[in-house]
Amino acid sequence: MSDLKISNPAIRLVDVKKTFDGKEFVLNGMTFDVPKGSLMAIIGFSGTGKSVVLKHILGLFQPTSGKIEVLGHDISKFSHKEMIVFRRKFGVLFQSAALFDDMTVLENVCFPLIEHRPELKEKELIEVASTKLQQVGLDPKHYNKLPSEISGGMQKRTGLARALALDPEILFYDEPTTGLDPILTEMVDNLIVETHKAREGSTSVMISHDLDAAFRIADYVAMLNAGQVLLFGTPEDFFKTDIELVKRFVAKGMKRR
Amino acid sequence: MENVILKISEKMDAITEQFKTKFQSTLSEIGKITLFATESIKLIGAKPFRYLEIVRHMEFVGNESIVIISLTALFTGLALSFQLYLGFKMFNAVNMVGPTVALGITRELGPVLTGLIVAARAGGAMAARLGTMRVNEQIDALDVMGVDTKQYLIAPRIVAAVICMPLLCAVFDFVAMVGAYILCVKMVELDPAIFWDRIRAMIEVRYINEGLIKSAIFGLVFAVICTYRGFNTKGGAKGVGEATNTGVVYSMVMIIVLDYFITSLIRLFYLMVGISA
Repeated sequence: MSDLKISNPAIRLVDVKKTFDGKEFVLNGMTFDVPKGSLMAIIGFSGTGKSVVLKHILGLFQPTSGKIEVLGHDISKFSHKEMIVFRRKFGVLFQSAALFDDMTVLENVCFPLIEHRPELKEKELIEVASTKLQQVGLDPKHYNKLPSEISGGMQKRTGLARALALDPEILFYDEPTTGLDPILTEMVDNLIVETHKAREGSTSVMISHDLDAAFRIADYVAMLNAGQVLLFGTPEDFFKTDIELVKRFVAKGMKRR
Repeated sequence: MENVILKISEKMDAITEQFKTKFQSTLSEIGKITLFATESIKLIGAKPFRYLEIVRHMEFVGNESIVIISLTALFTGLALSFQLYLGFKMFNAVNMVGPTVALGITRELGPVLTGLIVAARAGGAMAARLGTMRVNEQIDALDVMGVDTKQYLIAPRIVAAVICMPLLCAVFDFVAMVGAYILCVKMVELDPAIFWDRIRAMIEVRYINEGLIKSAIFGLVFAVICTYRGFNTKGGAKGVGEATNTGVVYSMVMIIVLDYFITSLIRLFYLMVGISA
């Protein structure tokens, strides 16, 4: 568990429990804070509840018990409608990029703008979307292509540009490098760091299997095990820890790379 | 002997338990679909009103179904009138072919066949599309973008199906009657004046309206079932396949079952207001 004391966190989970079948707890007293303005990585073995935690923070799942505060609001008390409005403060890059396959790259990035900034005219929409696509380094010659016509790396860039479209206060990355080759992985890692640095004061949360990337780019890391936080701290804390499971996980994870 | 009785008793218990579980899960599923439908229908008028999405789905459900509906209707009209011609000829009543075909088409075959074809074509596509969006995290992406997914994905599809089904049913009725006309007048050489006169004398507008109302209800039913299955898809490609399959099969069964009950309700209504059924 963490000894770090964080005041005014961007996200705070307090004793969050979740069971889907009433018997087994996927989250079993999850407690941690995400410091405002930091890039935090959530790591852990498969099936330890990483994606479930993310879905709780995004309000897609309701906790069985416990409290989730995001930007000072207890989101477990939000109604469905309030949560829909609140989610505009989030940007999410999904594992599969989750681009709309019947829309072009540009239309994908324009979509959240059309939904939430109806005051923008068509020319302004394209201008904002193009700026975001340039920010993630996508060549304009791909703007009018469908997601199926571009590479996996370009899809990730487009997904990130779409996540950035509304200038979110918190950016989430759900396993952004899973299934990518080492060169693309490094490109996506660098993109995350650059995006985080470019958005001064903003908070980023990354769910990852990639320990190397997590330790290299994150300010803080939380390792989950059996629905709880096993260790929360800076990357250095993970190399100094005496917790056997963490030591083994880190050693194996780093060796694999 | 006691052992045999015990075994039978255990078997009966197991069957009862299985039936109970199945019954409970069916009830629970019906409850979930009803809730899903109510929530989605409530969002139809919500802002922003998604008329462009409605038009886009109407193009898919309605316009793109016209050819297959027309083709089915033409041959249904031809086949039905041919069979009826053969039957009525035995009683020297071939003049009754036109009105009998018209009655059968407008009241029953038109809405039911339109419902079955459109449920298979458009309903299946709805379930597959939404299922793919679910497994590819596109619905989650919409959710976290602050878009009400039921209002954006479900409500326009339901509206499009409810609007397009009566229109397609009208097309079916018209083309099927053209088929009947071709067979009766051009192929077996009945008098066209008698063909139309008998239809005009025996068919009332309310029969056509009955079919149109039924088809709107069938549109609602298949749109709700197929979008529900697609929206709640679990697993990968297998899940999408299952959602599409169950969506289409449940819709078709529901259309046929509901057809009987709606027909009975309409007859009951006619009896209550004193109109001949």
